[in-house]
Amino acid sequence: MKNAPLVFVTVLLAAGCAGAPPDDPLEPYNRSMFSFNEKLDNAVTKPAAKAYVAVAPSPLRTYVSNFFGNLQDPWIALNNLLQGKPANALNDFMRFVFNSTLGIGGLLDIASEAKLPKHDEDFGQTLGVWGVKEGPFLVLPFFGPRTLRDAAALPLDASAETPWTLPYRNPVVHDEWGRYGLSGVKLLNERARLLGLERTLDEGTLDKYRYARDFYLQQRRFKVLDGNVPVEYEDFDSSEDASGTSHEFGGKQ
Amino acid sequence: MTMTRKLFTRCLLTLVVFFVPAAGFSADGVQSPDEQVRNVTNEVLAIVRGDKSIQAGDSGKVLALVDEKVLPHFNFRRMTSLAVGPNWRSASPEQQERLIAAFRTLLVRTYSSALTKYRDQTIEVKPLRTNPGEKMVRVNTEVRQDGVQPIAIDYALESDGQGWKVFDVTVAGVSLVTNYRSSFTNEINAKGIDGLIASLEAKNKSLETGQGGK
Repeated sequence: MKNAPLVFVTVLLAAGCAGAPPDDPLEPYNRSMFSFNEKLDNAVTKPAAKAYVAVAPSPLRTYVSNFFGNLQDPWIALNNLLQGKPANALNDFMRFVFNSTLGIGGLLDIASEAKLPKHDEDFGQTLGVWGVKEGPFLVLPFFGPRTLRDAAALPLDASAETPWTLPYRNPVVHDEWGRYGLSGVKLLNERARLLGLERTLDEGTLDKYRYARDFYLQQRRFKVLDGNVPVEYEDFDSSEDASGTSHEFGGKQ
Repeated sequence: MTMTRKLFTRCLLTLVVFFVPAAGFSADGVQSPDEQVRNVTNEVLAIVRGDKSIQAGDSGKVLALVDEKVLPHFNFRRMTSLAVGPNWRSASPEQQERLIAAFRTLLVRTYSSALTKYRDQTIEVKPLRTNPGEKMVRVNTEVRQDGVQPIAIDYALESDGQGWKVFDVTVAGVSLVTNYRSSFTNEINAKGIDGLIASLEAKNKSLETGQGGK
């Protein structure tokens, strides 16, 4: 037990978690795509999200978040199952059942109040749990930061989270414009939740791209390991060497 | 005083039940780290909730609040050294002081504005499992909001013998301190330590004038 986290720390150090610049072979392309996405956001998505916030009051936005969140739960359940976590999968499935019925089609998240917490899983994480390597960091047009692995999982993840777009005779949303509309509201709602974040990036960093990249990579690794990531803190004020004075926390239980 | 008494009672109870003086105050009268995080969080949020001008985005008032209630609990020297990384050792004491001042300004300015956005989220500070005599601990908290998965915010604290000081904040698994290291290292490699200091100070200055013009 004592040695396993140490191995992890070494791996993470090597992976660039604590300082060494992570491998970013596509950096020039990534940087230009990053700034393309930023311009697109400034021109279209951000103003639209602001308008959405101005039109839709906070309780309504919570219903919208709950509604789309509920439609993700079966996919989260399946991924928990694929990752060998049947108890979590059952939790997610129960969430979907409760929220879809008693929660009025998912508008209310009564499951969370009933101590069935929401999980965060997707097929990219499942691939990670199965041992598929991340591959290089990649900024996709429109979708933003991914690893190659997450980008490969994206078609599955995206269509599973927007079941109304699947190419079958949809029993609820017949109308093509209705489908676009749903996808549009989902996008606006997600962007609205992140309003203000771009200001933090602008004001709080010297190199926006680098900060965003490292942030993305670190939180993905954290998610794949469900938070069981030991953290190491070096002491650079001590005269002894770093390995002798560093302190490490194990992951969460 | 009722607060103290409540804490004291809880401490006594804990002692009796668990035989470990970890939850209230330890024997030397120092607040335990999770109690400290909980108290500071509750106090600051109560002020924000009751202050319309903070909620409207009065940045001067927020900075004053953060300065008085939050910053005394942080160890900015430790934070800055972790953000800078191994290059910290080769910085002169003067360079270190300027780095600390600049990084502190950057962090405070960036993250105190988040307080103006605070509305109806609830923050739960998880009880700490720790061994007595431990010099470094991590306090886990969870920010909950309807309709969204809770966000984990963890504080790493270190004891200097007199009290606990925060030296890292982790949001959803990402350290807000060490996440700076790769860009700081990059800056130092290109322009030296003085170059990093200059960039940070220029950044702070541009934010200052930007806020003045707003």
